Amino acid sequence: MTMPPKPPAIGARRPRLAVHKFSSCDGCQLSLLNAGESLLALAERVDIVHFAEAGIVDEHAEADIALVEGSISTPEEQTRIQAVRSRSRWILSIGACATAGGPQALRNLGDSADWIASVYRRPDWISALPASSAIGAHVPVELELPGCPVSTEQVLAALTSLLAGAAPLTEQDKVCLECKRRGQVCVLVTKGEPCLGPVTVTGCGALCPGLGRDCYGCYGPAENPEVATLAERFGDLGLDAHAVARRFMYQQSGAQPFHRAARDWRQRARPAAPPAPGAESGAAPGPQPDGSTDSHD
Amino acid sequence: MTSASFLPRDRLQALFDRLREQGYRCVGPRVRDGTVIYDDLTDAANLPVGIGARQAPGSYRLTHEGHSRCFAWANGPQALKPLLFAPRESLWRAVRHDDGRMRFEPTAQQSRQLAVVGVRACDLAALTLQDAHFAADIADAGYASRRGGLLLIGVDCTHPADTCFCASTGDGPGIGSGADIALSELESGFLVRPNSAAGALLCDALPLRDASDDELYTAAAELESARSKQHRRLPGRNLRDALFANLDHPRWNDVAGRCLSCGNCVAVCPTCFCSTEREEAAFDGSESTRVRLWDSCFSAEHSYLHGRLLRPDTRTRYRQWLTHKLGGWHDQYGRSGCVGCGRCITWCPVGIDISAEAAAICGETVEPGEARGTREGS
Repeated sequence: MTMPPKPPAIGARRPRLAVHKFSSCDGCQLSLLNAGESLLALAERVDIVHFAEAGIVDEHAEADIALVEGSISTPEEQTRIQAVRSRSRWILSIGACATAGGPQALRNLGDSADWIASVYRRPDWISALPASSAIGAHVPVELELPGCPVSTEQVLAALTSLLAGAAPLTEQDKVCLECKRRGQVCVLVTKGEPCLGPVTVTGCGALCPGLGRDCYGCYGPAENPEVATLAERFGDLGLDAHAVARRFMYQQSGAQPFHRAARDWRQRARPAAPPAPGAESGAAPGPQPDGSTDSHD
Repeated sequence: MTSASFLPRDRLQALFDRLREQGYRCVGPRVRDGTVIYDDLTDAANLPVGIGARQAPGSYRLTHEGHSRCFAWANGPQALKPLLFAPRESLWRAVRHDDGRMRFEPTAQQSRQLAVVGVRACDLAALTLQDAHFAADIADAGYASRRGGLLLIGVDCTHPADTCFCASTGDGPGIGSGADIALSELESGFLVRPNSAAGALLCDALPLRDASDDELYTAAAELESARSKQHRRLPGRNLRDALFANLDHPRWNDVAGRCLSCGNCVAVCPTCFCSTEREEAAFDGSESTRVRLWDSCFSAEHSYLHGRLLRPDTRTRYRQWLTHKLGGWHDQYGRSGCVGCGRCITWCPVGIDISAEAAAICGETVEPGEARGTREGS
């Protein structure tokens, strides 16, 4: 645990807020747009200088606080995030894409050039980096709020703290603790569901177990996540190696602890030995069905 | 067993009706989400009639037994703890007034009479420990207020789970002196033994008859059978010296390799009492509420002191939990913090068994198969 940096010293004028988008589905911006009356209260305390989903567009505006949604996925974004950094005093990365690369980081587990070539008639028209990565992998970031999408309450609480001149609180507890605080019943113990709650950071309010289903880790790893131990437990519950790997391959496969589990269990899922040379199997040799080479680690 | 009366099964509703008439909010066991939880209950028909619970390390499954008993299961994930030590509670709030001054306001405590039906002996023992922590010389206002309005109707535990070991800790399976009324469930009804003035007042209003010698004998025999069915045990009532002499035992590394550090054991433990506090500020800065939440010694914040984590890894966190629970409590509260309910075994997602870990670390030889327990899959 480290102390977050001091909040931006804003002074007498109204602080300026920008909301930037990189590779993402816009769902995190939508979480802010859905804040309702709180958004009006926010607009009374800050000047919103750029928030495309709300119709305010000036992406070159300087900002005291920049909320950044989306991952760095293309060369253009690599350049643009540097510009955003230079015009922003405080950057809050919001959501799974901005904090861990998002679902598009699934390509980090394979060979994206192969995939692009297999999908597009003119792969040379596609401009994409081989890996999708978090904002924090490219520029210093003052605070990260994970989640798919990010929690409106968490964003507002962080902004409340910043505007009051206090360091925002970052959630560290595991989903299990919040699940128990809410009096919800464990779906892993009662139903054998492969719940990611024991390794996932809360912030969602243990939403999925509260609806009787297993957490799929969209907020990403908590501190001290015993991912390897939980993955073994999923194997005990009857999941085959592919299924165990897939538990860690949703929105947070770019987060290192989940990435390692996905990589390790995909390796376990492979056939133990290649076919003997000269064996007439009739099947042409080729890439793994999942396109995996695990070249990005 | 002293004098007892008998309440026929078909008159059980009278208990709930009298409680309501005497002004109690009534909470009892109900089936929900694949387990038995304690929630509002006014109708005896909503008790877990015919329900059993098969518990094993890391696994809980309800079974339908087809009988007419209501209390033929050991326990569920929670009982009294959340009713008294609230998982989330507002402590006070600070309000900014128009003149710029701050005022601090305590949270108003609403005391209401609460009756809990179907409390187990392990949970009554745990309540005594929670009382020692929250309601001693410096009482916690919220806890003390809720505790003061509590009426407890205990039921002997005749169907212990595979994970239970209350006989070993001396806390069950029979109801001792901690309940206002103790019940023993038999096929045709309930033995009823009042144990307080409030309990006696309630009993006076119930359609009771004298219990027969047969009924008294059967209840005692069922209790003895429940005691003898328990096969797990702690290696002693006081493990303080044995644990603190083994702080570098290799078993701590071994268990750390199996533990998720998720804190489920703490959350379901009826005696664990750690909490954390947070500020929840209004967006416009007009007020802020101080909120207390359940915490766990498996979380980082719990050992964060002056810029560093005292317990950075799973080994040190599990060791903290076990040595405090079975060791440090003797110094703080005069007894172990474990009441043998077995919840930490059942509700551990990976089925770690506190009795096996304690035995290994305290140097006791444990029979093969007893050590790790048998974990069930899906």
